[in-house]
Amino acid sequence: MDSVSLKSDFPIFKYHPDLVYLDSTATSLKPKSVIDKVSEYYEQYSANVFRGVYEISEKATEEYEQTRKILGNFINSKKTEEIILTRSTTESINLVAYSLGRKIINEGDEIVTTVMEHHSNFVPWQQLALENGATFKVIDVTDDGFLDLFLPRHPEPIRQAQGKLREESSDQRERKNASLDSSVSASWRIPQNDISGLDKIITKKTKFLAIAYVSNVLGTINPIKKIVKMAKSINPKLIVIVDAAQAVPHLKVDVQDLGCDFLTFSSHKMLGPTGVGALWGRYELLSEMFPFNFGGEMIQEVYVDKTVFKPPPHKFEAGTPDIAGVIALKEAIIYLQKIGMDKVRSHERELLLQAFKRLKSSFGEKIQILGPPNKEDKGGIIAFKFGNYHPHDVAQILDEEQICVRAGHHCAMPLHQRFGINASVRASFYIYNTEEDVDKLVRGLKKVEDTLG
Amino acid sequence: MSIYQEIILEHYKNPHNFGTIKNPSKRSSIFNPLCGDKIELEAIFKKGKVEKIKFRAQGCAISQASASILTDHVLGRIKEDLKKLDKDFMIKLLGIELGPNRIKCALLPLEALHKLIT
Ligand SMILES: Cc1ncc(COP(=O)(O)O)c(C=O)c1O
Repeated sequence: MDSVSLKSDFPIFKYHPDLVYLDSTATSLKPKSVIDKVSEYYEQYSANVFRGVYEISEKATEEYEQTRKILGNFINSKKTEEIILTRSTTESINLVAYSLGRKIINEGDEIVTTVMEHHSNFVPWQQLALENGATFKVIDVTDDGFLDLFLPRHPEPIRQAQGKLREESSDQRERKNASLDSSVSASWRIPQNDISGLDKIITKKTKFLAIAYVSNVLGTINPIKKIVKMAKSINPKLIVIVDAAQAVPHLKVDVQDLGCDFLTFSSHKMLGPTGVGALWGRYELLSEMFPFNFGGEMIQEVYVDKTVFKPPPHKFEAGTPDIAGVIALKEAIIYLQKIGMDKVRSHERELLLQAFKRLKSSFGEKIQILGPPNKEDKGGIIAFKFGNYHPHDVAQILDEEQICVRAGHHCAMPLHQRFGINASVRASFYIYNTEEDVDKLVRGLKKVEDTLG
Repeated sequence: MSIYQEIILEHYKNPHNFGTIKNPSKRSSIFNPLCGDKIELEAIFKKGKVEKIKFRAQGCAISQASASILTDHVLGRIKEDLKKLDKDFMIKLLGIELGPNRIKCALLPLEALHKLIT
């Protein structure tokens, strides 16, 4: 993959030739084909979908439905009708929490999530539990950023909502520093059939397991397939929802292979337009669920005294959607497919390795990278603490060099609390990033040192 | 123009009025949970004037420098006058241009000051 020549597909570099964009975890840049497709809709067939019998409306509907089909193929959905088009990952998760969560959660039930979640896969479940008197359980992470499930490292691998956060000991801090060493291979491997950790967490009362495929801070790639298998062997009725916002843009994702029940992601993180997200769900579950929003497009028949809803997916797609966004998302997928997801992943893995090496050789112990110390278990995401410099100052000084990184808690406050910090700096990679970008990041961080002393 | 001007860096590296006061007349603190910045102010007032003021801060260079510069400014001034200090004053005092994200950092010490003199 040639990221340098690939940059010419992204018009933003025409306006900012020296831009070093290292925040694709927040949102990705857009290739010309996607931007052109948005204009194409508005210029050539900007009619509403599912409504007109006239030609341009039919064209819009066809283009719209084609995206659903391509999306379904992209994640290997069994049926196209299992793809629901939403506004975002956030809306997709909330849809499940409302339409299914409020249907099946009762007092005494359990909802399990992890401390590495983005707020959008944390707060909806926490609130659902609070509203209904269910128990909210949070799976901890180890100091090197793996889900604390299988190694008997901590005596209590889970935290309950009423529980207190553990204070970080100096010993833990030291081990965290040690996790920087990229030469250390992962000490963590799931024993094939060992469910001894998970069976303390998942019980017959657990109705939902909500879990990220890839952490947007630690970069940890969770072994979803194994976790689903183990969790469901404990409780076959368990519903597993996977937040794949950081997975679908970067890895090959196969929902049938994973064995989960729902999977969510956002268009804008995978080269597509903002305002569009997707929810994949098992058709049987989707049929049982309550509608999410009521209104136009989602109904079959409406009478004064009752309404008949459409079957999925349209049952969950009330109102006029972001038609241009949905249509253009298709171009993003076509673009990714042309490169090949295996290549996308190996490119990011290579950049990650370079970044590990160069950051460590330049700054040694001064830089503390959160998350797995090896590239195999980590997506192209590097969140770090840099000396005693405040993340805001680091990001601001990098910005003076046109390097875009994120500073803050990255919508993962519980995770930062877990590591005893308020904020971190995050650099993340995607297809258009190059080794030169990694170099510039290192040079930028040297400027931070020079400036702040 | 970089916001990390000489004067800002000077105050960040060698803050004025840093520390605590034994038996202060008043103490105040402000916490911004979003970025984890924290400012604590302590002062001794005499006849409505700031006789002594000290701060402790955890946070970015801007908030720390801002606390140092602001405490310098308020020393010896009358409490009533300090109530008038606002955002525009702070921007002028620091002499740098701040975007909407960083202005909050610069204003944190002022917020703590307003709490201190109410
Ligand atoms: C892991 C993860 N989940 C969920 C989200 C929320 O995505 P969106 O803002 O598109 O709803 C993000 C985006 O930052 C994310 O990284």
